[in-house]
Amino acid sequence: MKQENNSRRDFLLTGLAAAGLAVGCSSKKNAFEAGAEEGIKASGKKVKLLSVDGEVIEVDEAFLKPVPALPAVSNSEARLGIGGKKFVMVIDLSRCKNLRKCQESCDHMHSLSPGQNWIKVDSMDDAEHTAPYWQPTTCMHCDEPPCVKVCPVDATFKRQDGIVLIDSDRCIGCRFCMAACPYSTRVFNWGAPQISAELAAQPYSCESSVPQKKGTVGKCDFCPDMARKGELPHCVSACPNGTFFFGDLNEDTVSNGAETFRFSELIKDKAGYRLMEDLGTKPSVYYLPPVNRNFPYETGLDNDTKEKK
Amino acid sequence: MENSNSIANEKIIQDLLPQKFGRSGKIWTGILVAFCLVGLFAYYRQLRYGLIVTSMRDYVSWGIYISNFVFFVAISLVGSLITAVFRLADVHWSTPLTRIAEIIAVAAIIFASLIIIVDMGSPERFYNLFIHGRLQSPIIWDVIVITTYFFISILLLYFPLLPDIQILLRFKEKSGTRLHKFYSFIGSFWKGTPEQFKLSEKAINILCITIIPVAFSIHTVTSWLFATTYRPGWDSTNFGAYFISGAFLVGAGGVVVAMYVFKKAYHLEKYITPDHFEKMGRIVVLLALLYLYFNVNEYLVPAFKMKKSEEAHLNGLFTGEFAPLFWFAISVGMLIPIVILLFKKGRRPLPVFIAGIMVVVGAWFKRYLIVTPTLLHPFLPMTNVPDNYRHYFPSWEEWAIALGSLAGAMLVITILSRIFPIIPIQETITEQHETAE
Repeated sequence: MKQENNSRRDFLLTGLAAAGLAVGCSSKKNAFEAGAEEGIKASGKKVKLLSVDGEVIEVDEAFLKPVPALPAVSNSEARLGIGGKKFVMVIDLSRCKNLRKCQESCDHMHSLSPGQNWIKVDSMDDAEHTAPYWQPTTCMHCDEPPCVKVCPVDATFKRQDGIVLIDSDRCIGCRFCMAACPYSTRVFNWGAPQISAELAAQPYSCESSVPQKKGTVGKCDFCPDMARKGELPHCVSACPNGTFFFGDLNEDTVSNGAETFRFSELIKDKAGYRLMEDLGTKPSVYYLPPVNRNFPYETGLDNDTKEKK
Repeated sequence: MENSNSIANEKIIQDLLPQKFGRSGKIWTGILVAFCLVGLFAYYRQLRYGLIVTSMRDYVSWGIYISNFVFFVAISLVGSLITAVFRLADVHWSTPLTRIAEIIAVAAIIFASLIIIVDMGSPERFYNLFIHGRLQSPIIWDVIVITTYFFISILLLYFPLLPDIQILLRFKEKSGTRLHKFYSFIGSFWKGTPEQFKLSEKAINILCITIIPVAFSIHTVTSWLFATTYRPGWDSTNFGAYFISGAFLVGAGGVVVAMYVFKKAYHLEKYITPDHFEKMGRIVVLLALLYLYFNVNEYLVPAFKMKKSEEAHLNGLFTGEFAPLFWFAISVGMLIPIVILLFKKGRRPLPVFIAGIMVVVGAWFKRYLIVTPTLLHPFLPMTNVPDNYRHYFPSWEEWAIALGSLAGAMLVITILSRIFPIIPIQETITEQHETAE
């Protein structure tokens, strides 16, 4: 924000430094006209730029302006998804001890406000004679998503790669999707997100789900921005116990970074299941039952009491 | 005979012309305006800071705004009952009540639309409903049917008004210049020719026929906002009929309350008679029994099975934290009015009025119980959230906005009854003649 108070010269220099200068050449009201309106005089020095359409264009240096980081993919691309993929997650309950590193990294990478969590670790302990266990929950990215069915404005949508995302630039905040989701996975930005002004000024990307906006819904997005880079979601790489596996159903592989399995064999051998199968939502998240556990349930309690205080 | 008739007519007109507010009318309006202003201030705060000023959080994501919305939609159904159903059934005793019912319907449907916008997290994007609207969402169905119902209700208020406006235009000095201008703007084309009457009669008949399915739709769709989800307490095939029966009940309750107040305020004893209360009392008791029947279906059938997901919810209502409110709503909203109105003595004006108030108050809390307790019993445990996410009690802003919207609806009713005759003049005269002959 301070930058704006500096001299125009500094301003322009920063502008030039804004690498790539993916100036919105194809946007209706382009940056150059805007510059002209502000009374910037042409310096006569031209720079060559590559437009988004792939053409080389020449622009006067004085008209260059810093642009905020633009989303890597356009909104329509983000709505389509990554072709040929069908993303799935497997959560091995025998490995979870409620460390909540997944949650921490997810909160951090998505700049969530305090109190908001897209990943929750439930203590499943309410049945009398069954063994308690820790159950991390993400968005289930259902194949029959109840949230998408009820959204009146197509702000939450299902992509061809199986991911359910939210367009926070379109969401009207009616919260019908929150009522419809049986997994209570959706959170709402009740107030203005507590993020830096710089981040808040960035254009929203459906794939990174950043920045969150006041009066809109947020949730786990399966990190499609990471998938485009060929990397694992933040929760998967953050878990020291390798609880989360992520992968592509079409390739039939899932990985937690250290180990990679055939998805179909893993589910078959370990009797994988999905939550609330009876509702017919067809989740993309599978669970492996908490047998032969790496840790006793009680080791996770320390983390739990911390929160309750 | 002709002469005495015209004298009687003049008397009716003088009795029924809109009256200026008296002292109590002014105080009443002032109080309502004050409530609305406080509500507006609270809404300003909500726009500025976001829904964070409410007590709604991720689990209870719908609170009293939504229950208030359901309440308004419910009470607005009465317009179709009193006006359309009775008219088509050729019931004549209800003529003096039609305008009251239609005014309530219009006021309620206006505030139903407003309160749903208040509930939106990003109301500035309301237009998205039109440019990105998807027909598969029950919210879009609601937008469509509520808009339709709004316009039909306005027309159903307007067309029968036209002959009365012709009468009002004769009393320029009584209505004042501004009101007179308004009357001539909306009704000077009406000359009362037989063709016009025929046309208007036809139009009203068409409206009466169309408003019934639309009225059923608005409240059925509203019930589907809940019933199309999986949540215990909402996941019910009973919901449409349950909501409709409750809506007719609260609407009829609202009408008897309004009848009594207007009778007292405007000295309409000759037009709103004890016989009207007797008959409306019978209707209210019938509707209350019907609603009770649907409540039995709604609560006792799941309670017989006690599925795990329903158990916490039902126990919360029957014996848990919502039990006082639940039994209050059941007894005050249904059981006690039924007991009062089953007896002939209970169907005199004052007891009917009291039963009507009970029905309306009980109905408001009933809507709250339909919306909120369900949300506090999700399928998965409430985990990793701040402590205040596990409870819900509306914040002062929510109360102010909810009360402001109720006051606003009453203000609209008050203003409409100030500028238009609350009892149809022309129809009363016509019926007087018919009975005389």
